[in-house]
Parts: sequence; C-alpha cells; structure tokens
Amino acid sequence: MSDIHHTDLQRTPLFDAHVALGGQMVAFAGWEMPVQYQGKGLVVEHEATRTAVGLFDVSHMGEIIVEGPDAEVEVNRLVSNDVSVLADGDACYAVLCHEDGCAVDDLYVYRLGRERFLLCVNASNADKDFAHIQAVALHPERIHNRSKDFAQIAVQGPNASKLLARVAPGDAIGLPRNFIRVHDWKGANLLVATTGYTGEAGFEIFVPPELATPFWNELLAAGGDLGVMPIGLGARDTLRLEMGYPLYGHELDDQTTGLEARVGWAMKLKKVAGFIGSEALKRRQAAGLPKKLVGLELLDRGVPRSDYPVLLGGEVVGKVTSGTHSPTAKKPIALAFVRPDLTQPGTELAIDIRGQAKKAVVVPYPFVTPGSAKA
Amino acid sequence: MSVPANLRYTNDHEWARDEGDGTFTVGVTHHAQEALGGIVYVELPAEGTRVTAGGRFGTVESTKSVSELYAPISGVVVAKNEGLDAAPEAVNDDPYGMGWMVRIQAEASGEYAALMDAAAYAVHIGE
Repeated sequence: MSDIHHTDLQRTPLFDAHVALGGQMVAFAGWEMPVQYQGKGLVVEHEATRTAVGLFDVSHMGEIIVEGPDAEVEVNRLVSNDVSVLADGDACYAVLCHEDGCAVDDLYVYRLGRERFLLCVNASNADKDFAHIQAVALHPERIHNRSKDFAQIAVQGPNASKLLARVAPGDAIGLPRNFIRVHDWKGANLLVATTGYTGEAGFEIFVPPELATPFWNELLAAGGDLGVMPIGLGARDTLRLEMGYPLYGHELDDQTTGLEARVGWAMKLKKVAGFIGSEALKRRQAAGLPKKLVGLELLDRGVPRSDYPVLLGGEVVGKVTSGTHSPTAKKPIALAFVRPDLTQPGTELAIDIRGQAKKAVVVPYPFVTPGSAKA
Repeated sequence: MSVPANLRYTNDHEWARDEGDGTFTVGVTHHAQEALGGIVYVELPAEGTRVTAGGRFGTVESTKSVSELYAPISGVVVAKNEGLDAAPEAVNDDPYGMGWMVRIQAEASGEYAALMDAAAYAVHIGE
C-alpha cells in the first residue's frame, strides 16, 4: 500500500461528509475523492447500486456553459452528436474532437434553453476542454467554465426515483433517460438530469456548492428503508465497466477516436453542418480503423487489468483498456482494443497476465443487463 | 483489529506461523484483507517452488486492485491452499484460518524470529 501525497489536490464541498462516513480518500484526476467507504467496500457498494440506490459525489466533474443566440450552432460545431435535434430540457452524450478526429474528451450536452447549453465534462479534462473550446469556438466570449459553481450528486439505482421523490419531487421523476428538469429544494433550484454512469435508472443532480452537504445528508437520512448507501469511485468504475461505458484515459484519449471506441452512434458524421473533426473521421473510416474496442471474458482464472497485452497465437494483437472481476456477473471481464478483424463475438484470444497467456473470448457488451442486477 | 499474538508479521502485511516442525504457514493479515477489499483471485506457487524472504511468491487480486505477496522467510513451498481456487473470499472471511496461503519449509534459521511480533505489527498498522 502506498501513501498518497495529498498536496495540491482539490476537494469537493462534500469532503467532510465523506470523511465523516469513513470514506477512504484517494487522489483522482487532481481531486481528493472517496474510493470506498469503511465497513462497506467496493462490492457491497456496487451491489447496493444495482439492487437499491447509491449516492455518488461527482462534484469533481467540469461544467461549461455556452450562451447566446447562436449557442446551438456553436455546440453543434464543437461536439460529435447532433445537438440540433434537442429540445429544451433534452440531453445527449457526445465526443469533443480534435481537428484530427481524436477525442479531446467525452461529455454530456444539456440543452437548458434555446440560448443556454450546459456541457458536463470529465474532471481530469475540464481545463484542457475549456482551452480547446476557447481556441476553436466561434464566440469564445460566450462560453464560460463554471465548474466551481456546481456541485454534483448522482442518485443511481432501482430505488432512485422513490428516494428523490421524498426529498426533492419534480418533473424529472418518471422521465426516461436523457432529460433535464429544474426541481425546487428548499427554495433553491436543482438541475435534475435523468442520466448516469451505472446503467441503472437514476439522476445526476447539479447542486449549488453550498447546498451539497445538506442535500446529500437529507438523501442519506430519507432513504434508510430504501437501502441508500454512499458509493465510492471504486464501485463507480466497476458499475460503468459492466455497462461497457468508456472512461476517458482508458477507452478514449487524444490518440483515439469515438469510432474506434464503439460510440459511433454518437458520432454523427452525416450531420449537415459537420463538426470539428468530422472530415478527419470520415477519412479515417474510409481508410479503415486500425483498432476497435471489444468486450472480453476471461475463461482462465485471473483478473484482466488495463494495459495487459491481448494475444492471438503468441502475437500481440491488442491491449486491455479496462478490466475487473465483475461483481454482478461474477466473472473476469475487460474492454480491449484489438485488430479490427478480431471483433466477432466468439473469437478466441488470450490476455497476457504477468507473462502467462490466459484464455479469453470476445463477447458482446454490456456485460450485464441494466436494471436487472443479473448477468 | 485482529492481530493474533502467536504469529509474526512482515512490513508488507503477511503473517507467518511456526508449525514447530521446521515449516511455517503464511497468509495475509486482517488489515491487508480489509485494505484489499473483496478478494476474487489468489495466485500461488506450485509445491516445490523455492521462495526467498522478501521476494514475490504470488499475487492476490481484488475487484479494485492487484497486489504482490512477499515471502516472510526463505525456503521451499511444501503445501499451498488449494481451497482458495474455488473460494478466494476465505482470505477476507478468515485470514488467519481458512484463508492461509502456503506452507514453507524454512532453509535458514533466524528469519522467523526477525519478523515483527504482534505488538510491533500493531504499531506498524497504527493500532
């Protein structure tokens, strides 16, 4: 176990609440965040999210606001998905691309109004994203990094709606995925989105920083009989990995495109106006992609981890980007980039685990059925 | 936290127990299993493998991380806990009992006595 030097790390408004709950604080993306909570642990927290309801502090995420009469045109030019189809209160996943098509970041786009869009970006990339956007935007003066003005709490799991209805009822409850509504909580406005990173039903709630702790505490206090539990980054990662959701720095990075990371559904290359990177992406697709993301299930015993080589007949044909022992499916799973001719489910490969070639097979993902807590 | 008095301990959170016949049983401590979280896989050396005090002898994997196991003493592995193949969670549930890992036939005297006793280990983990 190595000691972490807690210098220069940022803290969310919920830091003291995590410590009071026995949160084991670690450095993550420049922030001091709970990896798990004492007396529970990753697997218990993971299962609570799949079967009851989990609370996640995601205040480290970045928030960028795009304003003005041309906000839609601006955002549509910046990101890969088609923002022009969003109505007020709609949301979509997208990739922010470099001119060469590779990913600056992946993000969520929320249309708050005709002249106001909220971009929710990864904590580790917030400054990079903002600098990129300022450099390429049509109206950089209308785009603001508002990350310090928002705390964010995710409420995820089959009991999420019941819990939120008790504490801050409002229009988002009952909506399908990818909407955002304003709820009132004690006279303050919360932005409640029906989005998440777990595969379960639930909400990501943008909260004024000074209200984060009282809101968090009220959710915990109100949900005892619903099985509510605070969830650390450890379970956040295994939950997203079971769903095959990409994590920037693993499945996406500055040398990787959304096409390779299999989020092509969010890469609208036919968007009439195009977007930054779209021409390069079309050229890359026409030329043939050098790698594609697949799901792998390890057939031998062991646990795949990121950067382990993927082998075919002793030859390296790819690399694991994320791996774990799935708490829900109870088996070792991984996402990996492999040669594009090796993506068929059933393809037999191997993963080099500390010098031993362990058998693996290409499988479709998600690795679990969302909402069922079953493999 | 559980630190049995009849065992000796390494800085890396392994324990060793003197079986009185020149062999020593080895596992990881309660503190270690708690830090690791739910253990899903334990990789151990085959019987007959020679291990060196302070050298890597295996790997323990939890859902969140992979950790090396370091031998408390030098010698030859004369038994390994086959039960951990099917039930690695025994390391969490019973780290000093069902969760034992290997038994080592010591090749040098004095290495066991040089390990931390329970009182020193308790200080080491901040108890």
